[in-house]
Amino acid sequence: MLKDITIGQYYEGKSLLHKSDPRMKIIWLIALIVLIFLAQNMYALGFAAISVIIAIVISRVPIKMYLKNMKTILPILLFTAVINLFYGEGEVLFSLFGKINITDGGIYRSVFMALRILLFIFISSVLTYTTTPNDLTDAIESLLSPLKFIGLKSAVHTLAMMMTITLRFIPTLIEEAEKIMNAQKARGADLESGGLTKRVKALIPILVPLLISAVRRSYELAAAMECRCYNGGEGKTRMKKMRLSLIDLFLSLACIIIGAGIITLNILL
Amino acid sequence: MDNIIEIKNATYSYTDEGISHIALNNISLNIKKGSFTVILGHNGSGKSTLAKLLNGLNTPTSGDIIVDGMNTRDEEKELEIKRKVGLVFQNPDNQLIASIVEEDVAFGPENLGLEPEKIRECVDEALKSVGMYEFRKSTPHKLSGGQKQRIAIAGIIAMSPDVLVLDEPTAMLDPKGRAEIISTLHYLNKEKNITVVLITHYMEEAENADRVIVMNDGEIINDGKPEDIFQNVKQLKEVGLDVPQTTELLYALKQKGFKVNTKALSIEDTAKEIAKALK
Repeated sequence: MLKDITIGQYYEGKSLLHKSDPRMKIIWLIALIVLIFLAQNMYALGFAAISVIIAIVISRVPIKMYLKNMKTILPILLFTAVINLFYGEGEVLFSLFGKINITDGGIYRSVFMALRILLFIFISSVLTYTTTPNDLTDAIESLLSPLKFIGLKSAVHTLAMMMTITLRFIPTLIEEAEKIMNAQKARGADLESGGLTKRVKALIPILVPLLISAVRRSYELAAAMECRCYNGGEGKTRMKKMRLSLIDLFLSLACIIIGAGIITLNILL
Repeated sequence: MDNIIEIKNATYSYTDEGISHIALNNISLNIKKGSFTVILGHNGSGKSTLAKLLNGLNTPTSGDIIVDGMNTRDEEKELEIKRKVGLVFQNPDNQLIASIVEEDVAFGPENLGLEPEKIRECVDEALKSVGMYEFRKSTPHKLSGGQKQRIAIAGIIAMSPDVLVLDEPTAMLDPKGRAEIISTLHYLNKEKNITVVLITHYMEEAENADRVIVMNDGEIINDGKPEDIFQNVKQLKEVGLDVPQTTELLYALKQKGFKVNTKALSIEDTAKEIAKALK
């Protein structure tokens, strides 16, 4: 069950989006999220939706993968939709229990909000499906590098190193947690029944050994890093250089067009 | 041949809960360039402590370690010594840093500040020399223990070290993984001319070494060629080590009055010896 957790769910491929610079992808993602927020009417949001669909198509990741994400966010989606249903103004269509009025504005608002969340999720998935976790980390380090001018150089490097190590150790620790769980089950530990407090208490004999082992691992990792001449990123170079290409120019242009489209539709309609 | 590492009267002690322990007691030892040395010892014999002294990860309490003319106490030479003497640990899971094989191997050269093209070259060559080139895009956690340990070795080889020190690299591996590592080490020693210091408690891994050093209680108790060392069955058993099964068999036969040469180590040679004795 723990093995189902996938972090930075990369989907191997050779699409335009896979090839483009991860730094640009992060910038586009932020820009698109802001733009989706800016969309104030259905036409603008519809235009954004079409852009997101186009992005999904050119990512060449099966639509099945995107729909899989839906399952986990469905409760949030429904919650948002239902809550917004009650907050509309306009013509009352019908009343629930004679007190709560459902208006056409409420329905409009509900659909609008749900669609907005859906677009956020889809566009973020486009990034994680087309970019390896390591590329993402490198891109974040590179994008944050201006911070070195205000004396935060080592902080930026440390952050990136922490992300790299975290991503590397997630599967290792999941595997370890499973081993410990099995070991405790073999000793008669009951992890699956009882109320919430009982279940939380049952986790203690799993978390304590896991934590101890993680600390021990970190000591060994530190020694191994030292043996590989790591000295806090001073004078470090990179094997892979991130380069902007024509694809990035082309896709940036597409982003600008989407932005212009959404803003125009906002003003006109 | 020149000595690449000189250990001069090295003592290492540490205090644990107020009690002082001596892990290494006045050890002197020279490691020759291009040699394949195996250090044998049981748990607590001080062999892992010795490994950490060789690349300056720890410095001896007294005495000196000289690597290619540089003292490991010299802080200015710290990086240079660590590059020259690569250290591989027991658990491959705790040595790999990146989630992609080639990016992990690149970690060392990147720290050395090499040019991207040069790093690419070092990484590809290191991965080829441990036979893991076709796995360069894989994730380490999907590989076997032996493969992961070979990647850890590649990560060190990529920094083009002169000496490769391995602290029980096969302790967590299955027999297949162990065989992979040992043959990789012999390949690196012969083809890439890398000095190998293998620390282990598996005696059969010492079979093809140039030199075997036996440690017990922080001291060197025996030093010589593998076939000579294994003659001393009684001493090896006393320090908690197992003699290779072939030697033990020949030794037992000899005590029963058979005329066998107990220096035979491999299964084939042993079989030949027994056949000769039975004629």
